[in-house]
Amino acid sequence: MLQKTRKFLTATAISLFATTSAFAGELNIIFDDTNPGPKAGFEAAVAAFEKAHPEVTVNASINDREAHKTAIGNFLTAEAPDLTTWYPGNRMGPFVDAGLFTDISDLWASDPNLSENFNAIKPTMTRDGKQWGVPYSYYQWGVYYRKDIFDKLNLSEPKTWDELLGACDTMKEAGVTPFTIGTKFLWTAAGVFDYLNLRTNGYDVHNDLTGGKIAYSDPRIQKTFANWKTMLERCSFVSNHSTMSWQDALSPFANGDAAMYVMGNFAVSGMKDAGLTEEQIDYFQFPEITPGLARAEEAPADAFFIPAKAKNKEDALKFLAFISRPEVLAEWNKTIGQLPPNAKSEVGDSKFLQEGFATLSTAAGLAQFYDRDAPAEMAKAGMEGFQQFMNDPSKLDEITARLDAVQKEVYK
Amino acid sequence: MALSSSLENREFENRTFFQRNRMAIVPWVFLLPAVLFFLVYVIIPIFQSLWISLYEWDGLYRPDGTWTAQWVGFENYAKLWTDEKFWTSLRNNIAWLLLFMLAVPMGLFIALFLNQTVTGMRFYKSLFFFPFVISQVVVGLIFGWFYNPEFGVVGQIWKFLFCEEVINIVGNVSTRCSVEPPALLASEEYATYGIIAAGLWPQIAYCMILYLTGLNNVSPDQIEAARIDGAKGWRMLWHVVLPQLKPATFIAVVVTVIGALRSFDMVAIMTAGGPGVGSTNVLAYYMYEAALSEFGFRYGYGSAIASVLFMIMLMYISYFLFRMYQDERGR
Repeated sequence: MLQKTRKFLTATAISLFATTSAFAGELNIIFDDTNPGPKAGFEAAVAAFEKAHPEVTVNASINDREAHKTAIGNFLTAEAPDLTTWYPGNRMGPFVDAGLFTDISDLWASDPNLSENFNAIKPTMTRDGKQWGVPYSYYQWGVYYRKDIFDKLNLSEPKTWDELLGACDTMKEAGVTPFTIGTKFLWTAAGVFDYLNLRTNGYDVHNDLTGGKIAYSDPRIQKTFANWKTMLERCSFVSNHSTMSWQDALSPFANGDAAMYVMGNFAVSGMKDAGLTEEQIDYFQFPEITPGLARAEEAPADAFFIPAKAKNKEDALKFLAFISRPEVLAEWNKTIGQLPPNAKSEVGDSKFLQEGFATLSTAAGLAQFYDRDAPAEMAKAGMEGFQQFMNDPSKLDEITARLDAVQKEVYK
Repeated sequence: MALSSSLENREFENRTFFQRNRMAIVPWVFLLPAVLFFLVYVIIPIFQSLWISLYEWDGLYRPDGTWTAQWVGFENYAKLWTDEKFWTSLRNNIAWLLLFMLAVPMGLFIALFLNQTVTGMRFYKSLFFFPFVISQVVVGLIFGWFYNPEFGVVGQIWKFLFCEEVINIVGNVSTRCSVEPPALLASEEYATYGIIAAGLWPQIAYCMILYLTGLNNVSPDQIEAARIDGAKGWRMLWHVVLPQLKPATFIAVVVTVIGALRSFDMVAIMTAGGPGVGSTNVLAYYMYEAALSEFGFRYGYGSAIASVLFMIMLMYISYFLFRMYQDERGR
């Protein structure tokens, strides 16, 4: 009897030991998109990784995006996974500054694929001169429009500001509201502001503004607002936009009451769900405003980060190196209908992705988005100001004064 | 005899501390779980948030477990003083408090109206009570649609009056209006009142049910006596019925004040604090926005807002407890 117990104990001890040794090859990943496409893309990439590295077992947990945003602060300080998804740009700032992410500059320097093929996106992964994560996907912004309406009115894709304003006049004469937008959750208005600012003043001014180096009362930013005012007058937006989410704003677009939408590529699937066919919709780059200005684009990226408290950093680095390969990113982004951040990757064959890739790969700079480039408090105040401006452009002075005050407070 | 008494004495001395003080200890033992949880989930967090409100903190800890917060003293409160959004929220809170009080007379009115014997009265009562049963979030959504200028009830009526149907450029039916339909929730001035109206709907039902139960206890003898003395209509209501409904009125006012101060879900669902610069914010929502929302991460500032809200509630609750205490002594 005693012997039996002893045997049992030894067996347990051995199995315990075995599990701890297996632990070394276990990789815990938290992914933050439960939608079917992104989920499938991620799971396929994990399967491919496990095939290439049989010694590593991946434990993936897939969380809801909004819940992830609140949970990350907790799990980074308590039980950290080995890898987690998060956003680059200023949104990673608080975690980097608190020392909660691992510096992976060595990987960026030593892995030829990472150091050569990610040049466009590298700056947004960089903070304090070091790299903190590896992007797996991004997408273009621009103007999505109803091609059938443009054809009926004999309009072609506007290339310049004047052409855009002219096209708007034609549309309004025909009883079509030029732009749809839903600003209830504010960020859509920031997309319009960013493009106007990028086209009026360029990439550096965008970065200086979101970096707190230029005030909102600066004549250059005021010029952006002046252009926006012209746009509001000549290219009107749908009324009541502040009560609509971006999905609600699809309905006038789908019904043919509005013809254009400044949006990210994810809106295409929403447009198709609303009953539009691929022939009815198309994409053009936001037109040039200041002639000769180097063209920069909005291209928010999603990325993986290694928490500072990760237990298995070695395998986490392997995973990052693996997923950044051109063929892995190509496959992954084909599944989710977005763009691979690797310049050597093949792009999905939808016309939006092809055009988006052409737009982004020739861009002089890639902005993340106002709400990712500016610190949270500034972003919130700024976007509220943008919505207010869209509702009543005459309040510009009041809005400018307030944003300057917030800016002083935030970047002190 | 002497032996037995000394035995008894010894037995008394042998009893444990617990046995001797059973009567004093047992109530505390029964109270202990409740006290413990009340401490952990209510009392301690109150002091914690008062404490955090003196710091600037983004909600994070460093990997070694140290706190990233910085001591700023009363700076958060000083910021509140100059924060336009805070004052807007406070003003809106006061608007909520005042207008929410309408639920009390309206609930009374409906209760009086429903307090009669007609076939199927229970069914009608339950219909009136229905809005209180459904979740606040659903009420918010329904009213959001109700106000929607495109497809809501308001929009439909407007279309009937001021709009004509046209066929748009791609051959779909669209409408063109001579006067733009009102978008209540898009208006910085009126959106708050739209939300309060939505909040009133279930609150009236709540007050109604309180008054209905109160009316059951109104003594028929007194009504009879008053009737013989020639009282009817308003005089009957004011001098005979209402005094008997005093306990119901008291509870109705209490739950309405609490309901007004708690207004969070409606604001979150219907406008998310917008449009413009937090024009429909209330303190509870602004606190959430500052500390916990996507663009928040200002825990110190959020805690300062929470502390102010707590102080307002504390004043009210102290008054409420004082009244209860006095009432009990009066009996």
